[in-house]
Amino acid sequence: MTVTELVSYEDALASYEPVMGLEVHVELGTATKMFCGCSTGLGADANSQTCPTCLGLPGALPVVNAEGVRSAVRIGLALHCEIAEWCRFARKNYFYPDMPKNFQTSQYDEPIAFDGYLDVQLEDGEVFRVEIERAHMEEDTGKSTHIGGATGRIHGASHSLLDYNRAGIPLIEIVTKPIVGAGERAPEVAKAYVAELRELIKALGVSEARMEMGQMRCDVNLSLRQHGAEKFGTRSETKNVNSLRSVERAARFEIQRHAAVLDAGGTIIQETRHFHEDDGSTTSGRVKEEAEDYRYFPEPDLVPVAPPREWVEELRGTLPELPRERRNRLREEWGISEHEMESVLNAGAVDPIVATAEAGAPSDQARKWWMGELARRANEDGVALEALPITPEQVARVCALVAEGSLNDKLARQAIEGVLAGEGAPDEVVEKRGLKVVSDEGALGTAVDEAIAGNPDVAEKIKGGKVAAAGALVGAVMKATRGQADAARVRELILEKLGVEG
Amino acid sequence: MTDLTRLSAAALAEKIAAGEVTAVEATEAHLARIEAVDEKVHAFLHLDREGALAKAREVDAKREAGERLGPLAGVPLALKDIFTTEGIPTTVGSKILEGWVPPYDATVTRKLKEADVVVLGKTNMDEFAMGSSTENSAFGPTGNPWDLTRIPGGSGGGSSAALAAFEAPLALGTDTGGSIRQPAAVTGTVGVKPTYGGVSRYGMVAFSSSLDQGGPCARTVLDAALLHSVIAGHDERDSTSIDAPVPDVVAAARNGEVRGLRVGVVQEFSGEGYQAGVMQRFGESVELLRELGAEVVELSCPSFTKALAAYYLIAPSECSSNLARFDAMRYGLRVGDDGTHSAEEVTALTREAGFGDEVKRRVMLGTYALSSGYYDAYYGSAQKVRTLITRDFERAFAQVDVIVSPTTPTTAFPLGERADDPMAMYLADVCTLPVNLAGNAAMSLPCGLAPEDGLPVGLQIIAPAMADDRLYRVGAAVEAAFEARWGHQLLDEAPSL
Repeated sequence: MTVTELVSYEDALASYEPVMGLEVHVELGTATKMFCGCSTGLGADANSQTCPTCLGLPGALPVVNAEGVRSAVRIGLALHCEIAEWCRFARKNYFYPDMPKNFQTSQYDEPIAFDGYLDVQLEDGEVFRVEIERAHMEEDTGKSTHIGGATGRIHGASHSLLDYNRAGIPLIEIVTKPIVGAGERAPEVAKAYVAELRELIKALGVSEARMEMGQMRCDVNLSLRQHGAEKFGTRSETKNVNSLRSVERAARFEIQRHAAVLDAGGTIIQETRHFHEDDGSTTSGRVKEEAEDYRYFPEPDLVPVAPPREWVEELRGTLPELPRERRNRLREEWGISEHEMESVLNAGAVDPIVATAEAGAPSDQARKWWMGELARRANEDGVALEALPITPEQVARVCALVAEGSLNDKLARQAIEGVLAGEGAPDEVVEKRGLKVVSDEGALGTAVDEAIAGNPDVAEKIKGGKVAAAGALVGAVMKATRGQADAARVRELILEKLGVEG
Repeated sequence: MTDLTRLSAAALAEKIAAGEVTAVEATEAHLARIEAVDEKVHAFLHLDREGALAKAREVDAKREAGERLGPLAGVPLALKDIFTTEGIPTTVGSKILEGWVPPYDATVTRKLKEADVVVLGKTNMDEFAMGSSTENSAFGPTGNPWDLTRIPGGSGGGSSAALAAFEAPLALGTDTGGSIRQPAAVTGTVGVKPTYGGVSRYGMVAFSSSLDQGGPCARTVLDAALLHSVIAGHDERDSTSIDAPVPDVVAAARNGEVRGLRVGVVQEFSGEGYQAGVMQRFGESVELLRELGAEVVELSCPSFTKALAAYYLIAPSECSSNLARFDAMRYGLRVGDDGTHSAEEVTALTREAGFGDEVKRRVMLGTYALSSGYYDAYYGSAQKVRTLITRDFERAFAQVDVIVSPTTPTTAFPLGERADDPMAMYLADVCTLPVNLAGNAAMSLPCGLAPEDGLPVGLQIIAPAMADDRLYRVGAAVEAAFEARWGHQLLDEAPSL
């Protein structure tokens, strides 16, 4: 660590204004790679998804994946960008063993999309506009695994393994313009931007954008300037910050670190920094003594990409509702607060709830299950809500069974549990476990009579007007019927039998 | 019995198709010729006897089964060692690829196989196609069959020498700045650089991607046309390949005609550095075209004088990036991997040992030309010159149908003469480079021997992009008129080896 004494966040913000730049890489979910026909599927044996082109063998040539271009244009349009009428790929020349050609086929001064924006909503509902500089197409590198070192980094490793399955997977790099004016909310804006972008990418269906899988990676560039200063300060570039929380923490840490260096009269070095998940700190990577010279030049092996205007307009017509707009619409439809919506969002429950409602359940019921029982279960199992072995249709069916009176809340919970345990669809679970509300009035009546007889004191209280005391008798009946009674009906019966108005 | 190695490809194919000669006999005759002379010529880097004979047997079986044979079925061919061949070494004339056996065929290789052409082996070349003499090959130079102490041209000297030494009736070359045409000129053979994008570059090891173009080499215009039609055409694996029908070059070669044709002579293709005998034979060629009914138009293309400078910025720039992949990590040579060196050191040691001087020179030139702060002055300016050259050609082709020039300013120079003088070597391509920069099509064919040294002189014919058939129409007419005048092929005057 170069700096141990951080300046407090409040003090840092009192003296300086943070300026951020966010660079996000998104792996597209195309079936094949950007410049060859190899599969992009994850989890295959090392180097099994390669060919002369993505291995950079002598003589092999690239061909542009049309689906990749389509995805890039749709992302550009969703970010309100201009779409280039004509643009080229460029070679970014640098050496690394996991890059087969020792140049990355990317775009340089002619990105396919440029000059856009993304409105992001902060937790209190405030909308902040993040300006987009550009979005361009490029290919991913292979993966190096360094063996024998303590840190997993190349230093100290005895040897390295190279897997080129990832080499050539299409990437879209989305770069913001300098984000100024966020002040103390800068880290929050950074997080909200990445979150919003992720939602957008998912809504477009161009990538699953799973950060934990490396399908979406973020670099946080940050600098500070004195309040009132025009010139930006020197920035640090924190690479591969790969969760929403980390994005916020990294920005916050860098603000405090920069302030500490500047307050001590030091200067910020332009450098790459690594983020550490454990303590939220960043440490120095390699120092950029001079700007790295990538010797960009137009890729002569590829013809220019010239998206026809009619096609671009056609794609504009396929854009889904923007996530922020959709969220606001749903929030109003569901009649819940910003805060509640935020929880739904954080739980990843929006789509399941919508799907459950579409399958016929009232939205409040759908929300109750997904945010309650199911969220708890997902949390326990450490999986995403959507990965639970239950479908929105099944949840909707359980809601329907409750609505028609076949199940009460407790039984519904058991039905859900059964579905999650793989016992079948809700109706099968109800059948197999015998989860039916006891609706036999005779049997129920007997149970009620017994409860009244067994608790004469309580019965007297109720008769005397303390209707609330009925709960104790309802509890006794439920216990006697092992929960399989409709509590509301039981209460009705008790009051009826004691001659009291409910 | 006819010497099968002296036949044209067209004649040999006819005999094979008619059953007068088997493909195996034709192949064996050429293998025997190689056996007899290649020690002196050194046209081949690698022979594939087994593969060649297997293919020949396949052709004979097809014929016996009554299958229709393609126009070049059973004809032997010498393949420049720049095209990948599955299971057969491909070195590009470089030590850095020594021992590499490609796992895939170039599109051109595949098309040759599909056309039942018999590939005899891989021919020598300047390392990575950088050179004009084949002296830059890591595996030793090739001799010019007209005079073994002289260069066979380059970079495709192995292919041109194989033709001139009657080791094969057909060969394939690649032309980035003249590597098909200049060797053709100095060996008295025919070579064509098709329109850029006319022949797929997939599997052709890249030197300079925006300039490289594969093309046919032969001893007659018709043979070149037959080969051209086999290898040309759109390839979905090469985005820069032209998605349009290939001009009917065979019909053009069978119907040579220049009557009424407007032929341009560009004044910038003359002057200092041009050998007197070369200019004399070129002058006679222009006169011949006039006699045959063409109208000769004098032209000026001022930007052509800057072609050499532009070329030596663009080609090295692209090559500095194209050759970056040779890092000892995945294939080819690896030096210093003994546990004491880092990956970076292994890469450096391998390149030091694996690349020759000319390759290193061009990689350094290109790296410099592309670097930040110099890009605009060098690479950027060169691209502007390239545009000017293209415009000069466009203006010229508004006035004329084809342009003619000497292919190269001098006849074959002695081995070693320019080996230490890169600038002198680069000048060998001064007439051919502008064509690559503009992406046009061009042919070199023999137009006589220079009186002062008795060595072949090449006539270059240049056509607009996509008009490759014009080369063959004009070339066939010129070839027929010259052979009528000489009473034989020019190569018949070459000394026997």
